[in-house]
Amino acid sequence: MIGIIDYGLGNPAAIHNMLRRIGIHSIVSGNQAELASADKLILPGVGAFDEGMRSLAARDLIQFLDEQVKAKNKPLLGICLGMQLLGIGSEEGNLPGLGFLPMTFQKFKPLPDSQMKKLHMGWNEVQPVQESPLLAGFDRTPSFYFVHRFFAVCAEQNDLLGRSTYGTQFPSVVGRHNVLGVQFHPEKSHKFGMHLLRNFAEGY
Amino acid sequence: MLRPRIIPVMLLKGRGFYKTRQFRTPVYVGDPINTFRIFCEKEVDEIVVLDIEATSSGRGPRLDLIEDIASECFMPMAYGGGVRTVEQARSILKLGVEKIVLNTVAVEEPEVISHIADLAGSSSVVVSIDAKKKMFGGYDVYIRSGTKKARLDPVTLAKQAEQLGAGEILINSIDRDGTMEGYDLSLIEQVANAIDIPVVACGGCGSLDDLESALDSSASAAAAGSFFVFQGRHRAVLISYPSAEDLARIAKRQQSRHQPSTSGTI
Repeated sequence: MIGIIDYGLGNPAAIHNMLRRIGIHSIVSGNQAELASADKLILPGVGAFDEGMRSLAARDLIQFLDEQVKAKNKPLLGICLGMQLLGIGSEEGNLPGLGFLPMTFQKFKPLPDSQMKKLHMGWNEVQPVQESPLLAGFDRTPSFYFVHRFFAVCAEQNDLLGRSTYGTQFPSVVGRHNVLGVQFHPEKSHKFGMHLLRNFAEGY
Repeated sequence: MLRPRIIPVMLLKGRGFYKTRQFRTPVYVGDPINTFRIFCEKEVDEIVVLDIEATSSGRGPRLDLIEDIASECFMPMAYGGGVRTVEQARSILKLGVEKIVLNTVAVEEPEVISHIADLAGSSSVVVSIDAKKKMFGGYDVYIRSGTKKARLDPVTLAKQAEQLGAGEILINSIDRDGTMEGYDLSLIEQVANAIDIPVVACGGCGSLDDLESALDSSASAAAAGSFFVFQGRHRAVLISYPSAEDLARIAKRQQSRHQPSTSGTI
């Protein structure tokens, strides 16, 4: 069973809908006891970095996630802002992140005289950089739906699982052992998203 | 590479999807759940649902229907129609909808744009602008499903919406709506060149070439209604969407404009 963490940000219902569609049992909850009973956790999220950390703190979930991930070795998938919170921090805010992966986040800088916007919104390809269960078994280069202004800078190249290009190349899939993050929204990415969520459910 | 989005816009009236022509004479297109399922199978980039009666009837958004649609929606979805408060926006976003489209309220109570952007982030707020050509040049903005003239022009409203925190502008030409005779490219260009947030072009699309011309006119995404639901001269209802090959071809041509050069590696 997958526990989708409800901490007031993002859209846990959409992830729940897609998991139901592919026959994977999940619950949406902000309750520690309920989430502790899940085999795997998904951290969704849309919004500002500090707001995300504050919302986790307000529900006493920071320490809880630390235990679940480090002591209990539970697989955790961060989606969009959920991925950003896995890192050390972001240019967007002042609060420290969860610190599971050594990465920080910075703003896209549109090139002058281009149509590029500060917001990377739409469908983009993800090129696998190394083998990982999360990106296994796609019959062609997968595309996913992205909406974000900040992108990851990984301190450890080994944490980079997949990358995308928007003005610059950036890490769109990161991971180390049981901690994984995707910058896009698999729950809104049709069959590519279903495939990726199934990989998470079955590959870790 | 980022692909420009190609977006079906469906109009909700009662419990069915309809298509209008110049905002009048709605023609029944199909049952929303079925239509959605077909678009989902065709893997559309994104979908917009606008309830064209929600404001005029005073009833507001139909949450039960939105919930039914959203639960089978594995693509980004925007909803508009009758949203006037942050609370309404919150309940709609909770159902699995990504974006709230504001039209009448964006003119009548523009501060609602900021309130919803504060709640859910700018990328969740789309301001839709219905524009109509003036007799002697220029455009007027219309609200309340195109029935009431607002005292401002589309560029002014788009700039104001951007300042208040809108993440995207959906610009729709009332004159071209349902005609399938091509977008109003000068309208699109004027609005897109005045602001930094993405502009979604709507109104008049009748072909793949039209989609491209909207993107050439600085729109970040191209939306259409009739083009995706009617087929042939007699406008038989048939849901369609460009093939993956067509979309890839369009994307490739647009690529140089959106991403002139790739700098840096990781």
